[in-house]
Amino acid sequence: MAERKISVMDSVRKASQSVIAGVDEKDIKHWVEIYIMGKAYKVPADLTIMQAMEYAGYRLVRSCGCRAGFCGACSTVYRKKGEYKLQTAMACQTRVEDGMFLVQIPFSPAEKPLYDIKKVKYEPFVLLKYFPEISRCLSCNTCTKSCPQDLQVMDYVQAALKGDFKAIAEDSFECIQCGLCAIRCPAEIVQYHMAQFAMRMYGRYGTLRDKNVEKRIREIEKGEFDKEFDRVMNLSMDELKKVYTEQQNTREVY
Amino acid sequence: MNLVKDNKKMRIPYFPGCTLKTTAKNFEISALAVAELMDIELVELPRWNCCGTVTSLTSDDLMRHLAPIRNLVRVEEMNENGEIKDEYRLVALCSMCFNVLKRSNLRVMENSEELEKINNFMYLEKDYNGKVEVIHFLELLRNIGFDKVKEKVKYALTGLKVAPYYGCLMLRPKEMGIDDPEDPTIQSDLLVALGVETINNPFKTRCCGSYQTVRDKYAVAELTYDILSRARKEGAELVTTSCPLCMFNLAGRQKEVMEKHPEFKPMPVLYFTQLMALAFGLDEKYYGFDQNYIDPRALLRKKDLLN
Amino acid sequence: MINKIVITSENVDFLNKISELSDQIITRCDQCGVCSGSCPMIADMDITPSQMMRMVQLGRQEVMESKAMWICASCFACTVRCPRGLDLSRVAEALRQVKLRQAIDYIDINNISDDEIERLPQIAMVSAGRKFTG
Repeated sequence: MAERKISVMDSVRKASQSVIAGVDEKDIKHWVEIYIMGKAYKVPADLTIMQAMEYAGYRLVRSCGCRAGFCGACSTVYRKKGEYKLQTAMACQTRVEDGMFLVQIPFSPAEKPLYDIKKVKYEPFVLLKYFPEISRCLSCNTCTKSCPQDLQVMDYVQAALKGDFKAIAEDSFECIQCGLCAIRCPAEIVQYHMAQFAMRMYGRYGTLRDKNVEKRIREIEKGEFDKEFDRVMNLSMDELKKVYTEQQNTREVY
Repeated sequence: MNLVKDNKKMRIPYFPGCTLKTTAKNFEISALAVAELMDIELVELPRWNCCGTVTSLTSDDLMRHLAPIRNLVRVEEMNENGEIKDEYRLVALCSMCFNVLKRSNLRVMENSEELEKINNFMYLEKDYNGKVEVIHFLELLRNIGFDKVKEKVKYALTGLKVAPYYGCLMLRPKEMGIDDPEDPTIQSDLLVALGVETINNPFKTRCCGSYQTVRDKYAVAELTYDILSRARKEGAELVTTSCPLCMFNLAGRQKEVMEKHPEFKPMPVLYFTQLMALAFGLDEKYYGFDQNYIDPRALLRKKDLLN
Repeated sequence: MINKIVITSENVDFLNKISELSDQIITRCDQCGVCSGSCPMIADMDITPSQMMRMVQLGRQEVMESKAMWICASCFACTVRCPRGLDLSRVAEALRQVKLRQAIDYIDINNISDDEIERLPQIAMVSAGRKFTG
């Protein structure tokens, strides 16, 4: 029987547990009790929700991503003991607290409308065309309260009704597409998809074109870099590694 | 009631509504311009949200009153942070927005328990203290006095036969209407000040069909046909309105009217503020005629009113 | 032929439910017909506003299958003219909400033609959403 290879997720999980590696359990002073999908666990107090779940023995294959608060995968909904307020967080960025009742929302069901951005008119009505449900917005602010990035979500949905692409793009800029707003919205709006659409429209039709970028694109299209591309593509693996390491050592790479 | 304080410009909070920022920009442009000429500065509410028309009519629904009340909180905020001095009236141009804002206001004023619930729910906002009075722009002009409007008229619109159209939400229900719901005169009083010959249309308060235009455009077209044919029969050559949805149903749906009634001739429909801008002799850019569904310029030229 | 109408407790429950939701004393309606005479949308309705009130008075749940409450434009003409001070617009709203609160929309807002969406003012979409979707 073939040995089961240690998967990437297992290694990551082990690394999580190494947060307390080298520390004897009896030496950990601060413990908290949390409830993961209704089952109680005692976990060290300074873990994040994600680390705590893994400490408790869960192996995350969904609702887990960059572990850096950027990808929007680890959406979490929770309540604290004795409190009625329903709260949201990103599991990799939030420390556990005593009495947290937790659940993960790995996916927010939302269809994205198909469009060809080159053919869409830069007019307010297109927002209603692709997202007619924004007309149902009740201005209840539930989306804003659910946002783990503290964005003014209701404000940008309202900006959509006013046809203000710029305001939507600016207010939703730091959206990590976690889907918590859409899950909680009583009007069943998918805020983050609408924002992404508006951001793309604004970027294409509303902002100034960067002259340098335009110039470079024309140069590429004219074939001015073709020789360089061919040269790099034809390097052997060793030559490529050499060139790469040299570049890393000698220049600042962004 | 002296409303222009110390002859300085009157600064009054103003609620535009989403449509005035999109398909009815001409309503706003003309209104702001004529207000300015009358020393009224309509100060747009900061961070206003869609009013959520038409008002929710069930006894238990508080959710749909959040949107209007949130806007009223903004008015109180404007006063508190000094952006506006001692002015708790909120002016609306769009009749639908006016109706929703006023009705929600009346509802929470009559029911303190509901107001408390709404305030508690919107805990991120300041509490609404009930100080705001929602008024329609026509009411503001009436309070100031239509004679003051007449003073600003440079080119009286003599010979123009206009049938003002009121629709529903400006006048009904009775407790929040700005005039008699059966026989209102507020718009015609204003138009008389502009030198217009006002025509009474018995269908002036008959509904244009409102949101039914989304579900059944031909049903709305029939209503439009009745309202405009009667206006024409009474001698009108132009109709004025104060609501972007009435404007769309009366003017935008004339295409559908002509599909069913090929003998129907287009009738221009304007916002009353556009006629005011014309009469005040303002620059053409404030008329907003490009956005009108039926271009009134041919008619105005014929009447020698387009300077 | 004599048509017999039996009022059961179910009928009474329905009447009470609509009365409470609309906050109107529906039994006060004396069937004068002024509402029907004032209604601008009556040409398209399958039952008149007065008939709608009568059906609710008798607790007939079949009224939920009629089109009338969806044709209503919330113009409040009936409200203003009812000699008994009843607000029919609220009764129609209550009937609509009973259906809408079961998450049964009356129109499909995703099914509006491109040409229409381009022309419709925002308030048309907002108000249609309010009255036709739950």
